[in-house]
Amino acid sequence: MAVVDTGVTEVGTRPLIKVEGLEKRFPVASHWFRRSHSSVHAVDGISFELARGESFGLVGESGCGKTTTGRLLVRLAEPTGGHVLFDDGEGAATDITTLRGEELKTFRRKAQMIFQDPYESLNPRRTIFDTVAEPLKVQDACPPLERLDRVSRMLEMVGLSPPATYLFRYPHELSGGQRQRVAIARALIIEPIFVVADEPTSMLDVSIRTGVMNLMESLAERLGISYLYITHDLAVARYMCSRIAVMYLGKIVEMGDTEAVLQQPKHPYTQALLSAVPIPDPTATRAPVRISGGVATPLDPPPRCRFYSRCPIADDFCRDNPHPALEVKDGGQRVACYKA
Amino acid sequence: MNGQSTSAPVLRIEDLGMYYGTRSGDVKAVDGVSFAVGRGESVGLVGESGCGKSSIAMTLLKLLPENGRIVGGRIVLDGTDLAPLSEDQMRTHRWNRIAMVFQAAMNSFNPVYTVGDQIIEALETHIETSPDVSMERVRELFELVSLDPGFIGRYPHEYSGGMKQRAGIAMALACEPDLLIADEPTTALDVIVQDRILKELRDVQQALNMSLIYISHDMAVIAEVSHTVGVMYAGRIVEWGDTVDIFQNPMHPYTQTLMSAFPSVTGPKHELAMLGGEPPNLLNPPTGCRFHPRCPYATDVCKTEEPPTVEGSDTHWAACWHPLEA
Ligand SMILES: Nc1ncnc2c1ncn2[C@@H]1O[C@H](COP(=O)(O)OP(=O)(O)OP(=O)(O)O)[C@@H](O)[C@H]1O
Ligand SMILES: Nc1ncnc2c1ncn2[C@@H]1O[C@H](COP(=O)(O)OP(=O)(O)OP(=O)(O)O)[C@@H](O)[C@H]1O
Ligand code: SF4
Ligand code: SF4
Ligand SMILES: [Mg+2]
Ligand SMILES: [Mg+2]
Repeated sequence: MAVVDTGVTEVGTRPLIKVEGLEKRFPVASHWFRRSHSSVHAVDGISFELARGESFGLVGESGCGKTTTGRLLVRLAEPTGGHVLFDDGEGAATDITTLRGEELKTFRRKAQMIFQDPYESLNPRRTIFDTVAEPLKVQDACPPLERLDRVSRMLEMVGLSPPATYLFRYPHELSGGQRQRVAIARALIIEPIFVVADEPTSMLDVSIRTGVMNLMESLAERLGISYLYITHDLAVARYMCSRIAVMYLGKIVEMGDTEAVLQQPKHPYTQALLSAVPIPDPTATRAPVRISGGVATPLDPPPRCRFYSRCPIADDFCRDNPHPALEVKDGGQRVACYKA
Repeated sequence: MNGQSTSAPVLRIEDLGMYYGTRSGDVKAVDGVSFAVGRGESVGLVGESGCGKSSIAMTLLKLLPENGRIVGGRIVLDGTDLAPLSEDQMRTHRWNRIAMVFQAAMNSFNPVYTVGDQIIEALETHIETSPDVSMERVRELFELVSLDPGFIGRYPHEYSGGMKQRAGIAMALACEPDLLIADEPTTALDVIVQDRILKELRDVQQALNMSLIYISHDMAVIAEVSHTVGVMYAGRIVEWGDTVDIFQNPMHPYTQTLMSAFPSVTGPKHELAMLGGEPPNLLNPPTGCRFHPRCPYATDVCKTEEPPTVEGSDTHWAACWHPLEA
């Protein structure tokens, strides 16, 4: 395999996570399709690094592979290619894609995921207490008598207060944003060192969201947690993440310091994304988004630039050449575009 | 957004109450709510997490859990009060007259059937149609919500979060309802897809003269989609008015906090404000004005007496003892 340049942030420190050429394809076989060897290229050879204590943002089009990437990084799914090296400083870096048994259990204690949809991810037959206490129990991380206390404090921290009124309810007795906070509490309670946060605050109003963001940040500082922070809310990414990657159809198309990417986007997709951010003012008008409609399809994409069919500045060179590699551009960020 | 029609309302809710019975007492999730939605009008419904927005939506469709019960009031849809209707009678209204995009995207779909089959079934149950026409309609709907028609024959678990959400929107629009309730329909969508869907929604709305109740925590989206905004706090509507008025001249102190700090993507990076104090307990809501424990303007009267409804204009009111000056 070729050596991939993954854009280290700090020289000299070993990253917590190093993703190399990660790939996940889902085979497609159904009566709707005559093609027999079709597959969804959900994650299509991506590489990046995540430093200890860093929040790394992942943004991009709906369906571009963000959740799949997150699931691969905490080993809830197996990749069809590539590696994820995990190095928490205790012993040598391990490729988590090959972990088994006791090793996998140890890894699970260190890596948690906050799932995107709190309606699907909470077990309907478990009380909030049982749900949030579960990782403590599975990992034997807290004496049984102290669990109630610890869960209560965690609920309080995510704004489910007073905790006594939530502990023995079931998920269906909570609102969307309340469930979302239960999911956050469950992931953070065992003080992991790596958290994939998949749209963790998408159903929260600004005030509660700010509280949760502050909590996640202060835990990061106190415990050195690293986050892979998946979000559609670019303002949230700006507040939470030092670096950010923009995905499009399974590929990272732009990656760099959050301020650089958001203030001076270089890839045409990133530029379009920023132009589409709605403005909280009913009298404001926004310039129309410049990219063509078209539906992005991850089913057997042609080898050329993934953005070609919708790109406003595409030319014949883009059509006849493979998907461009990420290269450092002025401004410092890496961009995958022949014309940026 | 302006230009809604002002004809007789499609929906009128009068003093609606819906409580959830629990071991510790009743959770008063909807407590004396009244408002009207005109034909072709878009109403944005906002408020803190847990204040009762989804509860209002589920009450309107009468899709309540076992412990939820309507304790009073009327839900008048085009002259018919839905509140006393039986489940059988309700079925004739749901989906073709009043449809919903659920906050729980999975509630729209059964995991064991393909998404396409489920939309076709909805079409065939509610409108007379042939298989070819239905299939054509499903393709149209997929394109409307920017979904690859290649996914029509795929199962819900093969969809990403945002794809499921879009499929839910397609499903809700399938039977061309008179009133669409969309509960946080774009939380899993990137801003480009969201932008396209909101445009399509506006077009459909105009073409069908459909009314819309749009629930969201995203004030920027509310600013784009709604003619009118209702602000909820602790089971009640505390302010109601034209979108521009609500954004520019909020009367209720709670609305003011909602409007105070929008995190910005390109502007200066400022400290984000937080509303202090505890969220209200709906088992036992505060007396007087429910916002009083957290309100910077609260006086003694606020603690004991229900606030009066004060009109700022014909189309703008708030429930407050000391409304803010415009
Ligand atoms: N089945 C139930 N039994 C008891 N309480 C419930 C039930 N369903 C919801 N609640 C409570 O009722 C209140 C209103 O819930 P609702 O789902 O309407 O809130 P919401 O405004 O939609 O919030 P969000 O923005 O977080 O989705 C919440 O405090 C919630 O905990
Ligand atoms: N289990 C699966 N089987 C088949 N295809 C799948 C499966 N899971 C995901 N996919 C496909 O992989 C692609 C990426 O999905 P993923 O959930 O990672 O997207 P996402 O970026 O998280 O999108 P969203 O923002 O909408 O949540 C999508 O095209 C999706 O349909
Ligand atoms: S490589 Fe070409 S098609 Fe791809 S984003 Fe750049 S200009 Fe557009
Ligand atoms: S009635 Fe009193 S407590 Fe309530 S919002 Fe108005 S000023 Fe504040
Ligand atoms: Mg996702
Ligand atoms: Mg809700």
